[in-house]
Amino acid sequence: MAVANIQVSETPLVLYALRRADDALILGHRLSEWCGHAPMLEEDMALSNIALDLIGQARELYSFAATVEGRDNDEDKLAYLRDVRQYRNLLLVEQPNGDFAQTLVRQFFYSAFADLYWRAMMNSRDATLAAIAAKSEKESAYHLRHASEWIIRLGDGTGESHARAQTAIDHLWAFTGEMFAVDDGERALIHAGIVVDPGSLRGRWLTTLSDVTREATLTLPQNEWMQQGGRSGRHSEHLGHLLSELQSMQRTFPGLTW
Amino acid sequence: MYTQALNTVETADRGLEDAGKAAQFQARIDAEERIEPNDWMPAAYRKTLTRQISQHAHSEIVGMLPEGNWITRAPTLRRKAALLAKVQDECGHGLYLYAAAETLGSSREELVDAMLAGKAKYSSIFNYPTLTWADIGTIGWLVDGAAIMNQIPLCRCSYGPYARAMIRVCKEESFHQRQGYEIMVTLCRGSDEQKAMAQDALNRWWWPVLMMFGPPDATSQHSDTSTKWKIKRFSNDELRQKFVDATVPQAQYLGLTIPDPGMTQDADGHWRYSEIDWTEFKQVLAGNGPCNRDRMAARRKAHDEGAWVREAAASYAAKRAQRQTAQAAE
Repeated sequence: MAVANIQVSETPLVLYALRRADDALILGHRLSEWCGHAPMLEEDMALSNIALDLIGQARELYSFAATVEGRDNDEDKLAYLRDVRQYRNLLLVEQPNGDFAQTLVRQFFYSAFADLYWRAMMNSRDATLAAIAAKSEKESAYHLRHASEWIIRLGDGTGESHARAQTAIDHLWAFTGEMFAVDDGERALIHAGIVVDPGSLRGRWLTTLSDVTREATLTLPQNEWMQQGGRSGRHSEHLGHLLSELQSMQRTFPGLTW
Repeated sequence: MYTQALNTVETADRGLEDAGKAAQFQARIDAEERIEPNDWMPAAYRKTLTRQISQHAHSEIVGMLPEGNWITRAPTLRRKAALLAKVQDECGHGLYLYAAAETLGSSREELVDAMLAGKAKYSSIFNYPTLTWADIGTIGWLVDGAAIMNQIPLCRCSYGPYARAMIRVCKEESFHQRQGYEIMVTLCRGSDEQKAMAQDALNRWWWPVLMMFGPPDATSQHSDTSTKWKIKRFSNDELRQKFVDATVPQAQYLGLTIPDPGMTQDADGHWRYSEIDWTEFKQVLAGNGPCNRDRMAARRKAHDEGAWVREAAASYAAKRAQRQTAQAAE
């Protein structure tokens, strides 16, 4: 049974909120895939907790997007009834969990950014975004601490864990550039003081990464080439599979209340 | 380290285990005193509790799998967050329970290894599959409901660490039960398709849930000593009857039919259910349920694939300790 995708009027502010909401939802969904399957019970708990924070952030951002758009979309329509070409998340967050090292490196790259980003966003001229940022910043600080501690443990653990962590870093590095890119619409929001220029955070992000990887005896790649496309709906092949699972109920049983 | 220290106490005590101590122990139990980890206790009490608490812990952990099966497919973001939080709670219960079992002298690793080797049991209810979203509602409503019936009396169990763990576990379980029932209410107020989904789930889960209370009193092996030690306060059949009496009106409110055409209400208000098919129970217990193999395979896979992570953490902790010692010596 085919269920039509919703249409969203992607004004710069709606698009901005969707991008951040999609980041949080897709990463939260990925982390939730670990629940029941983690290397130790403490990590079943921790990864689920981080997933819950991210899903919570996504819900707030979707609701904000829906309010700004002012049509009859809501958090669930935005999450469940847009297809892969309408999703706006970073390529980084849709990458499969892989092994524990890949999951934690993905989390580390993202959280090191999110921590800085949401802290800076607390000064947004938009009161709702500032409030979402204040909550997200507290959560992201914990996520970063958790991920950093694991990067150090894995890097400076055994030969095997070191190799796995380094492989994950080398593999995921090319997906980090997209975090700092902005388009014209977002640039206008930056000038208006509504959102923060992510490019301005790259130096501090790199410092966090360098500090942690140095302690972990790991190295950051030198290559400059970065993959792009998630922000405009050109995704990796992985996202379609994730969405087919995430959206299966809403697509199979359209228009019902659950 | 903590468990090793306790092991030492147990070994020292073993030689002293005599009739006098046993009588004193029973007198404390009869006076409703709590037994604490370092108190003297009969070896059989320790063994019974270790078995029961660790089985309970394994059940929480294996129980994450059938519900976890729907986390990535929950129909709304609110349901997704609630289900994830619920499964995370189950994991937390597993952790407290392993910690409670450790106070009796076995490490979490030993207990988990016994489960992965198929030597320790977990609740058979988790060997049934979750096929539709209604199964998530039904598990919350009935499986958590039955667990609460079993566990509320355990809040007064004679062993202190278990009783205290149960108080928190029960609070969370009763929240889960209401959450599950609310899913059922939503389905039953929904479309015909949703209502049929709810009825189908009830049909599949009803009898396995009744079996959760264990074999009939006439055939139960552990009840007598467990009752004397105030580990168990109600018999299997008493708890089962309590559960049925509480659940029938809930099903009626939902407009669902309990799949037991022979069920009748007797003069004193109790709902009398038909005879339970204990052959199925025995088969599932023996490893032949629909999901026994899948559940064990999933737990072993997580354990095996996580081995390098646990080794890395241990290796890093050892290196760090060594560096700190070296620094202190400078």
